[in-house]
Amino acid sequence: MKKIEAFIRHEAFEPIRAELLDRGFPSLSILEAKGSGRQKGIVERYRGSTLTVNVRPKIKLEVVVEDKDKAVVVETILKHARTGEVGDGKIFVIPVEEAIRIRTGEGGEPVLQLHEESEIPG
Amino acid sequence: MKKRLLIAGPVAAVASLVLPGLAFGAEAVPILDTPEASINAMWVIVAGVLVMFMQAGFLLLEVGFSRAKNAGAGVAKVLVNFSIASLCYWACGFALAFGGLGSIAGDHGFFLNVGSSIEEAGKSIPFVETYSISPAAFMFFQFVFCAVSLAIVWGATLERIKFSAYIVYAIIFSAVLYPVLSHWIFGGGWLQANIGMQDFAGSTVVHLIGATGAFAALLLLGPRIGKYTKDGKPRAIPGHSMPLVGLGVLILWLGWFGFNPGSTLGAVGGRFAEVVVVTNLAAAAGVVAAVAVMYLLSKTIDIGMAGNGAIAGLVAITAPSGYVEYWAAPIIGAIAGVIVVFGVIAIEKVIDDPVGATSAHGLAGIWGTLACGIFTSPRLAEFNEVGDPGLWYSGSFSQLGAQALGVGVAFGCVFVVSYGIFYVLKKTIGIRVSPEEEDAGLDISEHGMYGYPEQFIPQPEYSTGLPFGAAPPPAGAPAAATVSPMTTTES
Repeated sequence: MKKIEAFIRHEAFEPIRAELLDRGFPSLSILEAKGSGRQKGIVERYRGSTLTVNVRPKIKLEVVVEDKDKAVVVETILKHARTGEVGDGKIFVIPVEEAIRIRTGEGGEPVLQLHEESEIPG
Repeated sequence: MKKRLLIAGPVAAVASLVLPGLAFGAEAVPILDTPEASINAMWVIVAGVLVMFMQAGFLLLEVGFSRAKNAGAGVAKVLVNFSIASLCYWACGFALAFGGLGSIAGDHGFFLNVGSSIEEAGKSIPFVETYSISPAAFMFFQFVFCAVSLAIVWGATLERIKFSAYIVYAIIFSAVLYPVLSHWIFGGGWLQANIGMQDFAGSTVVHLIGATGAFAALLLLGPRIGKYTKDGKPRAIPGHSMPLVGLGVLILWLGWFGFNPGSTLGAVGGRFAEVVVVTNLAAAAGVVAAVAVMYLLSKTIDIGMAGNGAIAGLVAITAPSGYVEYWAAPIIGAIAGVIVVFGVIAIEKVIDDPVGATSAHGLAGIWGTLACGIFTSPRLAEFNEVGDPGLWYSGSFSQLGAQALGVGVAFGCVFVVSYGIFYVLKKTIGIRVSPEEEDAGLDISEHGMYGYPEQFIPQPEYSTGLPFGAAPPPAGAPAAATVSPMTTTES
């Protein structure tokens, strides 16, 4: 199992989410992140004074998938998050030891698989 | 003191040569020589101040309906637009609107240079004498109406319009466009004098004109990024603060107690109190109707639509408020509340109007103006000396026809002129920010600072006054001077 962590622009999230859902990956988390990379800080102007903020807001996207699905998710993120400008973000792929579904206590890769339609309550 | 006079003297002399119309010397103190004139001035100024406060209502309503990244932009917009309108209306607009009874526009009273007494001012501004009111009070009251109308234009353009577009349009709107139209309907121009169009406080003059300007701007501006899905379905872009929307609506509601009742232009006789009640009944009916209709459609009590219902009821009663009896007010308001719900839903399918101004001010403004043609009572048509009783009383469609003509003329003229102005602006300086600026939000891209800075800018941690890495003193130890006051009280 792999955890894919991507730091992306806000506007890239919605297209990525839509395509991952289409491709059968509905489960993901996002966090509002602030960070710095090669992109310059933002200079703010407030009543005549300036203030340089060296961290910029980004979205951190986290998806855990089976090893064989890693490439599909990475490809989807690259497709929508890349503008070609500095500040597009980064993707990190991290090995995951275990996955446990809290509701049932079951473990392993089945936890990451899609539910059957019949299992989802209306 | 002497030095200041030395400088001020020549400046005033030169200025009076360049601008002969400007009065610099103190000619005479204002003379309101009857108690009636003083009481009228008092009421109209109080009403005007209430209407000015509606700027705060528009501000909070618009900020609440914006996303947090655009919260600060509304503040700059309202302050600058109100100020531009203040100067332009004083210099030019008021004279075009009320400086005489010509059928197209007035031509006296630029820079409010009409003298101080009612008799003297009445030669330039006939209404001052008709209503026995101080020219300053009258001008201020009419100006705040102009500012409300201008504010309505911009609510619909939130989150994507360029600031520079405001400035050009605001100057033309407050110096020429609004004044000429308000002269036709308020100031003794052809729609009022020849056609007998009834519009007591401006369902058409203020609200429909503002909404028409907004409509023209929206057609050229286009929707916000992300408003429509690929197959063209509208998506909700929720505003960031419903409490601010609620406060905005209530402030507007309060302001309307100056807007409609102040349009009596006097307190003597007490008509204004009846107008207060009529206004409130319509607003309440607007809320109840909008909430009920929305509940039938979606099974939720929609907060934003409750606010739109209040505004629609208030807009609709604006024209009839001085012409109808109490019983008609809830009917007019309730119909407006229904209109605004379906209007918002229908208009949203094709045009992105984040605050619903084209429905709440436009469609409800049209309905309110037409409602005069149905509900105007014989006693009040006679009292106001404009037009005839409505269809309900007279069985005649003539007044309804006059109202419809007025609506059509006002919409047509304002739409053509506004579309022209925005078209030229779009082709020259542009009216819309770049997609990158829109994504980042207008606060940072246009104003250089977020409206809620802490949300976007990490703050340094609170300093304990201790050097970095030093251990805090043990509890009960004598407090050092640098330790916070909380521990010193214990020692």
